[in-house]
Amino acid sequence: MTPTYYLVLSALLFAIGAVGVLVRRNAIVVFMCIELMLNAVNLTLVTFARINGSLSGQVMAFFVMVVAAAEVVVGLAIIMSIFRTRRSASVDDSNLLKY
Amino acid sequence: MGTLSMLGPASEPSVFAASGVASTAWLLLALPAFGALVLFIGGRRTDGWGHLLGCATIALAFVWGVVEFFHSTGLPAGQREQNLHLFSWIPVNALQVDFGLRIDPLSLTFVLLITGVGGLIHIYSIGYMSHDRDRRRFFAYLNLFVASMLLLVLGNGFVTLYLGWEGVGLASYLLIGWYSDRPSAATAAKKAFLMNRVGDVGLALAIFILFAKLHTTQYTEVFARAHTLSPGTLTAIALLLLLGACGKSGQFPLQSWLPDAMEGPTPVSALIHAATMVTAGVYLVARANPIYDLTSSGRLLVVIIGAITLLLGAIVGCAYDDIKKVLAYSTVSQIGYMMLAVGLGPFGYALAIVHLLSHGFFKAGLFLGAGSVMHAMDDETDMRRFGGLFRRMPITAVTFGLGYLAIIGFPFLSGFYSKDPIIEAAFAQGGWRGWVFGLAAALAAGLTAFYMTRLVIMTFFGPARWQELKNTEGNDYHPHEAPASMTVPMVILAIGSVGIGAYLTIGNRLANWLTPSLGTLQKAENGPLSSIEVTIGTLVLAAIGVLVAILVVGRRQVPVTRPEPVAWPVRAARADLYGNALNETLVARPGQWLTGALVFSDRKGVDGMVNGIAALFGGSSGRLRRLQTGFVRSYALSMLGGSILLIAALLLVRFSG
Repeated sequence: MTPTYYLVLSALLFAIGAVGVLVRRNAIVVFMCIELMLNAVNLTLVTFARINGSLSGQVMAFFVMVVAAAEVVVGLAIIMSIFRTRRSASVDDSNLLKY
Repeated sequence: MGTLSMLGPASEPSVFAASGVASTAWLLLALPAFGALVLFIGGRRTDGWGHLLGCATIALAFVWGVVEFFHSTGLPAGQREQNLHLFSWIPVNALQVDFGLRIDPLSLTFVLLITGVGGLIHIYSIGYMSHDRDRRRFFAYLNLFVASMLLLVLGNGFVTLYLGWEGVGLASYLLIGWYSDRPSAATAAKKAFLMNRVGDVGLALAIFILFAKLHTTQYTEVFARAHTLSPGTLTAIALLLLLGACGKSGQFPLQSWLPDAMEGPTPVSALIHAATMVTAGVYLVARANPIYDLTSSGRLLVVIIGAITLLLGAIVGCAYDDIKKVLAYSTVSQIGYMMLAVGLGPFGYALAIVHLLSHGFFKAGLFLGAGSVMHAMDDETDMRRFGGLFRRMPITAVTFGLGYLAIIGFPFLSGFYSKDPIIEAAFAQGGWRGWVFGLAAALAAGLTAFYMTRLVIMTFFGPARWQELKNTEGNDYHPHEAPASMTVPMVILAIGSVGIGAYLTIGNRLANWLTPSLGTLQKAENGPLSSIEVTIGTLVLAAIGVLVAILVVGRRQVPVTRPEPVAWPVRAARADLYGNALNETLVARPGQWLTGALVFSDRKGVDGMVNGIAALFGGSSGRLRRLQTGFVRSYALSMLGGSILLIAALLLVRFSG
């Protein structure tokens, strides 16, 4: 089992997440896609830690998880309040801040 | 004499610091200035006695002028040029201008003319302006004029002269526009002021050049060092001074303001626009004689301008029906004679001053006579409506007649003694110049005789055409002789017109007196005609002019309205020989084009550039703004794109190098 497969998998996951962020309208789905991208990065970090035989990559993955958890708290709160005022969770509907 | 301080080098006539009576010459200026000040500040409170104060200050100034004159004649000829330093006027680093007076034969001659004729005209104005409720203000302006004119001739440097020059310009403007309810008077005043500005620019530039080259503007130092200037500079100064003289003296091509200036009250026309102010140009050239002596091309142009103007004035004078405009063009023409004479240099300076003085007398007398006629004829100026006034106003007619005989050069009257020598001196230049300028001057003498005879016949002789006409208010004319305050000055001026020429020229009296200021009067002998031939020729031409006038005007019925259409020379003369049209096309029109072009380039060029840059940023930012769509996903896409680009660049750098 070479570490390359893990890297390929994480690249795939990252790409799926990125495409999801770009093409989906539902704020919850977009949010999940962002989580997917974060976890793809985590997988990369852990893989490289394994390859290099160093723990720093794994430590960084923990940091990412903490940040992701905090982000989920704030992000979901924002989505909830938007949904309450607009009865919609579409990211395209909240487009007032523009030219 | 007190302490003598030599200001000029030994080669020049010495100029002494004034002492004794000469050190009180500032009184000459202070008296009229004081009168003007009291009348201006006093306002309506001085209405009752303002005119008397005005006359008294001028009369006192005249008396003081006479005292100064006799003091000066008592001095040896070498000490008659005196410099009176009053105070330091503009002390700015390198520019040190002192306010001072130069008391010498030339300035004293002018002082006597200005205060003498000015005083008579002040007295005449008491009667002439008696119906005007603002007579006091009129006298304030007249006093202001006399004070400025005295400053002009007495100043001891070009800057002092310039102050007086502008002062008389202001007084002239105020007095031409005296009847400010008439649009024509307001326009004429503005025209005079603006055309004078054109000349003043020339004078100012000449002063600037003098200061730049010689670092002084005082006559004594300028004249002492004039020979150190290069010929080009001298010619430039001479031409710029001539431009100033042309503006002030109504010389070609700036002559057209002077006839329009006749919109002012007649005493103003007599004093300012005939006897004194308009001769300031002649004074300027005569005063700057050390400069003109050094530049023959400058002098030649003065002669050419004089010759053109004297012919032009005489030709146009033949065509007008307005009594004052005929006299105005006659003034233009006579000043042309003076210009021609000063342009002849040492051969003519003194002749010009003689003609200036005798012209001051006879032209002031003629204008006062015209004013008296207008006074009698309800301010009518059209000669076609006059006629036969001799019986109704004999004193005016006789005094006017004497002035008339003087101006046409009738033997042994003033004009004969003052104009003939100029024609003679013009011929005596020799070569083509002698013939051209001499013939022009002689021809103009014939024309002068024609238009003046025409004027006298139409006004004083023939049938009384006014009897069948009504004035502008619809009443009959009741011509009557003027009051004594008007006739007395006319009589005095008429006596002057008869005698002054002979008095000044017999034994070269004036020329000798002026020698310290103007140098010795030289007599050229290389002319093609002898003195007697010129005199007889001029007399014959004048006689022909008189005869033609009698045949054309005296023997025929004069139409009350002016005949139309007429032959082209008359049409041209009636249009001032296209003087206005010339100014219009040569100066005004290109000026308008220039301003139009400047406005265009300002709007399209300067403003266009600034506005264009602003529009460029405005427009492009307006378009760039559209990138902010408000769609989070498009921002995410651009972030992704940016990140990919960054990473690609990093990888490229990493693996290519």
